[in-house]
Amino acid sequence: MLAYIIRRLLYAIPILVGVNLITFVLFFVVNSPDDVARMHLGMKHVTPDAVEKWKVEHGYDQPLLYNRDAPGVEQLTDTIFFEKSVKLFAFEFGSSDAGRNIGEDISQRMWPSLAIALPTLLLGLLVHISFAMLLAFFRGSYLDLSGVILSVVLMSISGLFYIIAGQFLFSKVLHLVPISGYEPGWQAWRFVLLPVVIGVISALGSSGRWYRTIFLEEIGRDYVRTARAKGLPELKLLFTHVLKNAMVPILTGIVVVLPLLFMGSLIMESFFGIPGLGSYTIEAIQKQDFAIVRAMVFLGSVLYILGLLLTDLSYTLVDPRIRLS
Amino acid sequence: MHVPNTGFDRLGGFLRGLGWILVSITVTACGDQPWNSPYPPDQADRNILYSSFSARPKHLDPAQSYSANEIVFTGQIYEPPLQYAFLKRPYQLEPLTATQIPEPYYLDSNRQRLPDDAPTDAIAFSVYDIEIRPGIRYQPHPAFAKDDQGAFIYHHLKATDLQDVSSLADFPRTGTRELVAADYVYEIKRLAHPHLHSPIFGLMADYIVGLKDYAVTLSKAAEKLAKSGESSPPVLKLDDFPLEGASVLDRYHYRVLVRGKYPQFRYWLAMPFFAPVPWEADVFYQQPGMKERNITLDWYPVGTGPYMLTVNDPNRQMVLERNPNFRGEAYPDQGEPGDAAAGFLKDAGRQMPFIDKVVYSLEKEAIPTWNKFLQGYYDVSGVSSDSFDQAIQIGSGGDISLTPGMQAKGIHLSTAISSSEYYMGFNMLDPVVGGQSERARLLRHAISIAMDYEEYISIFANGRGIPAQSPLPPGIFGYRAGKAGMNPYVYDWTPRGPKRKSVEEARRLLAKAGYPGGRDVKTGKPLTLYLDATGNGPDVSALQNWIRKQFGKLDIQLQIRSTDYNRFQDKMLKGTEQIFQWGWNADYPDPENFLFLLYSKNAKFKKNGENAANYSNPEYDRLFEQMKNMANGPQRQAIIDRMIDILRRDAPWAFGYHPKQFVLYHDWYFNAKPNLMANNVLKYKRIDPQLREQKRHEWNKPIVWPLGLIALLVVLMVIPAVVGYRRHENRRTLAEQR
Amino acid sequence: MIKPVLLWTDALVFLLVFIVVAFGFYARRYEHLRAPWREVVRGRIAVASLVVLTFYTVTGLLDSLHYRKALPMQDGQVEVQYAGDVVSVLDGLLGGIATQAEKTYSAPFATTLFTRETVVDENGVQQRIFPRLKYGGAHLKDPLRERAADIAGRSLMAFVQALLFMLALFVLLALLLGRHWNSTVLTTAKRLWHGESGVPWRTFMITVSLLVFLVLLIANLAPVWHVFGTDKVGKDVLYETIKSIRTGLVIGTLTTLIMLPFAVLLGMMAGYFRGWVDDVIQYLYTTLNSIPGVLLIAASVLMMQVYMDTHPELFETMAERADLRLLFLCLILGITSWTGLCRLLRGETLKLRELDYVQAANAFGVSRSVIMVRHLLPNLMHIVLISVVIDFSGLVLAEAVLSYVGVGVDPTTLSWGNMINSARLEMAREPMVWWSLLAAFSFMFTLVLAANLFSDAVRDAFDPRMRR
Repeated sequence: MLAYIIRRLLYAIPILVGVNLITFVLFFVVNSPDDVARMHLGMKHVTPDAVEKWKVEHGYDQPLLYNRDAPGVEQLTDTIFFEKSVKLFAFEFGSSDAGRNIGEDISQRMWPSLAIALPTLLLGLLVHISFAMLLAFFRGSYLDLSGVILSVVLMSISGLFYIIAGQFLFSKVLHLVPISGYEPGWQAWRFVLLPVVIGVISALGSSGRWYRTIFLEEIGRDYVRTARAKGLPELKLLFTHVLKNAMVPILTGIVVVLPLLFMGSLIMESFFGIPGLGSYTIEAIQKQDFAIVRAMVFLGSVLYILGLLLTDLSYTLVDPRIRLS
Repeated sequence: MHVPNTGFDRLGGFLRGLGWILVSITVTACGDQPWNSPYPPDQADRNILYSSFSARPKHLDPAQSYSANEIVFTGQIYEPPLQYAFLKRPYQLEPLTATQIPEPYYLDSNRQRLPDDAPTDAIAFSVYDIEIRPGIRYQPHPAFAKDDQGAFIYHHLKATDLQDVSSLADFPRTGTRELVAADYVYEIKRLAHPHLHSPIFGLMADYIVGLKDYAVTLSKAAEKLAKSGESSPPVLKLDDFPLEGASVLDRYHYRVLVRGKYPQFRYWLAMPFFAPVPWEADVFYQQPGMKERNITLDWYPVGTGPYMLTVNDPNRQMVLERNPNFRGEAYPDQGEPGDAAAGFLKDAGRQMPFIDKVVYSLEKEAIPTWNKFLQGYYDVSGVSSDSFDQAIQIGSGGDISLTPGMQAKGIHLSTAISSSEYYMGFNMLDPVVGGQSERARLLRHAISIAMDYEEYISIFANGRGIPAQSPLPPGIFGYRAGKAGMNPYVYDWTPRGPKRKSVEEARRLLAKAGYPGGRDVKTGKPLTLYLDATGNGPDVSALQNWIRKQFGKLDIQLQIRSTDYNRFQDKMLKGTEQIFQWGWNADYPDPENFLFLLYSKNAKFKKNGENAANYSNPEYDRLFEQMKNMANGPQRQAIIDRMIDILRRDAPWAFGYHPKQFVLYHDWYFNAKPNLMANNVLKYKRIDPQLREQKRHEWNKPIVWPLGLIALLVVLMVIPAVVGYRRHENRRTLAEQR
Repeated sequence: MIKPVLLWTDALVFLLVFIVVAFGFYARRYEHLRAPWREVVRGRIAVASLVVLTFYTVTGLLDSLHYRKALPMQDGQVEVQYAGDVVSVLDGLLGGIATQAEKTYSAPFATTLFTRETVVDENGVQQRIFPRLKYGGAHLKDPLRERAADIAGRSLMAFVQALLFMLALFVLLALLLGRHWNSTVLTTAKRLWHGESGVPWRTFMITVSLLVFLVLLIANLAPVWHVFGTDKVGKDVLYETIKSIRTGLVIGTLTTLIMLPFAVLLGMMAGYFRGWVDDVIQYLYTTLNSIPGVLLIAASVLMMQVYMDTHPELFETMAERADLRLLFLCLILGITSWTGLCRLLRGETLKLRELDYVQAANAFGVSRSVIMVRHLLPNLMHIVLISVVIDFSGLVLAEAVLSYVGVGVDPTTLSWGNMINSARLEMAREPMVWWSLLAAFSFMFTLVLAANLFSDAVRDAFDPRMRR
């Protein structure tokens, strides 16, 4: 088990190097360090001298990937890419191009993000599974049919509509929750409520329908039929045997959803003014703050790989038949 | 209307009840404030002003900050020697920490004193001696904290001392100190600091004697320190390096030596660039470990002003609190005629500031900000073009007033024409639209006429602006109203005011320029022009469509090359753009600050100046040099008139419009007179928190019955299925029993 | 005289059409390929959604035939010169709707602007009134009284035309099917009427008629009314929505077309060759997968803009510029979304390569490429097909989100994403401007719903394991 985890972690390193290289190339084809400097020095009265100075201070004065003038190995190490990448692996994100410490910012901003993403995930799981169970339980009835139709309709609505409509209705018209903003501590629930509800409802269509299929597949299996023939009540059957076995594909699905959650909260956070990592990333893209984007990409990739590993481990917990190799 | 009590009402009551049950659990946690309040319950009723910021400020260091969104904060914290009088118009300076407005005296190149009326050519230096008031003290700050022996407590920290520190508030001890003249000199020296990149360094290096060399000296010294091998290089002690242009005379006097005659210099003395910075702050913030914790002068300013920044979380909110050491300043007792009637003089003589605390929350989107204002959670708001119809109506005489809905809420409106201009510029280096040929000039005139800025203002700014006739906005010396101020190349005078020339006239000019019907007279090729645009956002595509429509009136094909801001800047520097849109916001209320935008030595191309059109006209340049240093008067007016005539004939810009600033504020907000030059206006404002609390409750009654309706619908959906299941199970049991 | 313009996306769209048609002819010859399709068209919902999709597709294709109009000759002009504007056949068909621009917002079927304006009357008195529209309802003298009647009359006209069309369609179907079923026209008609046919022709007929009715409604109303109102600069919203169809379709289909060769080739290679090839390919897609999609897309879109800015000579018109941006967006979306399919194909290939007939072919020394093309590829096609159909709706929805983030299609391209994006501001107006959002929403919703329903049917038919 331990050996497996270590091997997986080692396997992650080349992937992270690849990720770094891709983002690095993309960003420096777009913006030369001069652009970055000019951007951060403001709009009025910027002199070329100031641009040069800024580059020296932020470590953008070296060649990008290959240093022709340096001796030996330093041809590769005396470059912006090497300097900036090595530190990432030690989780030293350095300071953003605007001068703030990124690690500090991330550690502050991850809490609001989690305050939205975690309840959305957990409540979502609960609601979606219950919804799917309801449909599976009443399979073939009008309830099932209308549920499936509802799912397809919900799936066909753009996510932006849910946010626009939800904010308009619950905050502006009904005065139930604040329109936007955030407050740390337990007061946060008032701000988190609406985004979480919207997050859960907007995913109800796709998740609910998918879980329903999984349940139905499981219900169709022989062991369920046998149990039913033995006179096990339908409800008990569903909650013990079917749910337990259906958890395996559902867990795999959640890992696929995890990075998507990241993207979803990008929009949710900027709509609701929540100071999380999603809005941090969007801001960085819009301001072209290369250091932050790289840090976030790196972090995102690490989390994704961690997610994959965790799924594999959770397989063994849910279903002991699966062995890790 | 009286409605008889029906079953429908009862249903409504039932639904409401159901909704209440659903939310009753949450109510307990809510307190008695409105549910949708974005603030903690304990802040109700307190003397706190609520405002918002849309982008986090990049710099709060007075040597670096230049953007409007930064000066909102630095203006309240730092006190330069001068300020703009709050109520007086036209804008004029008054002393803030100085005892009086400094009057320069002049020296010739041999440093001999000249009479005050000496010709400009003879003046080699201007000397500004500034005296500051004694007894002004800094805000409480750990950098000043001393122990019983009088040694600084926090000036020799080790990395281990900072382990539990994440913000400035984590230092338990604070201290203060009297403001001295040396602090002002220190800040002027900081403008040349190699690590700071002050945006005005380039400009000031031309004026303040020795500043350019001083930067070189400091760079060398900094390099030397860096090479000294220590892991954390010691702070550069600016006091060890004298600067000729800025020197301390005694504890309360300092002198600034300016090259040549530069009457605009006193305006700079009202900006935070010339505010005092105590040397203790630099020593304190540059200790190892501070920067890693985001504790820098850029994020935690130290000033003498009425407010101090106590919370700086640029990701969420920033809080200004009253500075307990503030010396106190009386609310002005003089203003414009009409100020007394408007209630702006009610607080005359009272000690400022009035508001205890200001909470700025981060708001990215215009709509939530606007809605929160309507709900009473922000005290002041601008008006975006899309909420305009809701807020403001324009009367039959063109007079502007609030809609009845807004008036009923007790909302007030104040308007002011801002000292800025948005324009469409033609790159004078471009072979088609640029240059001094008659052909290109006619083309530019035709486009100037076709760009219907009246329509633009009505669609995109909802009438919040006036079409520009020249680069000078109203309120700046040199501006002329009425017929004398009309641009005769674009407008005709009618008794009702200037009227834009017709499209036919523009087409005639276009034909004369050699493009009849928008096609080259020789080849028949349609004329295609290129507009370089930048920015994205919901409104961009509407805007671009509108501009194309304007060119379409002349049958000119307009291709819009939209790009990101970096790329746009780059293009402007290379001078490869053709047509562009840009704006300018005045640094100070002097015509020089607008007319220099077309001075050829300021060209963007090669010289990296602010003359983005790369306009160059020797006569204009000559007049500009003459006008620049003159005192306001009829002579100066005459020169400005001639310069503007030249601009109108050459038309390097299609003069766009001067935006009007509309500010809405609630009934509980006082002294709202707009002052677009002053940036330290917060201290003049006053609010009535009780009234605010009452209105918030009134406006934000939660409506819960729809929740009940939703719950009911879900139940109604499920019940038949449950019944069906029961029946099914019963049948199954029966079957088994049989 | 016109000068045809072939934009990049046009070319690819028609390539895609060609591939689909070619595949259709190919599939006709093989029963195992035909059978699932026959299954698909037996479902009523599938047929209805197929009809809807066809309507959208035809609109999109008409909008993909671009040309430039010639300008009238001038004195002394030698060469024919063409207008800079690139228009499509659809623009030609829509005629006046494209050019009938008002000054600013107007509500659906309004006769006046949505906002007041200061107007000076003959006596020189200024007044704030809602001015009459230049085009919307301009043919009416007294709009307040005549409007309802005019709209009703035109709708009735459209209804009658649609009824006639339905009748004609019914007769035509009866004639055609009668020959096919070897029954008299009357019995065929009866069977049709009662819906007694394997392929639900009745549903087909009703859907087509319904859509034709909508088209006729537009044809009757749009020339004189703004059916969905006008936007901020006075452009007809209905026109914008219809023009957005092409953008949505292009993103939904070309993305898959671009990514498909990579996904199929790499997935098959990884599964078949295994070993280091597998390792490299797995590394590639895991790496790409690890990068948050939005970031990758944002960075790439910015990069492409730089290219366009440094090479302005390559793009003669704004249409070409916007088109290339659209194509590039498809490419980027493709790069970020091919990994899922690739992984699926790899897994399936791993299973297939162990099957007897593949092993046998191996033993006989059949070359690897032949095995891949002849034996593996056909057995993977159903996975490809299903994922293509399922991805379609997701991609259409993704366009809206990307436009919001600011990395979507060019702001000048008409797209639902851009419409929704500007609707955010309109929703905050008071009174609210709801029609752009409604128009974009309903057109987009219909397309995505139809695509979702159709993809369900396709999946059920091709993947019997999933059927219930």
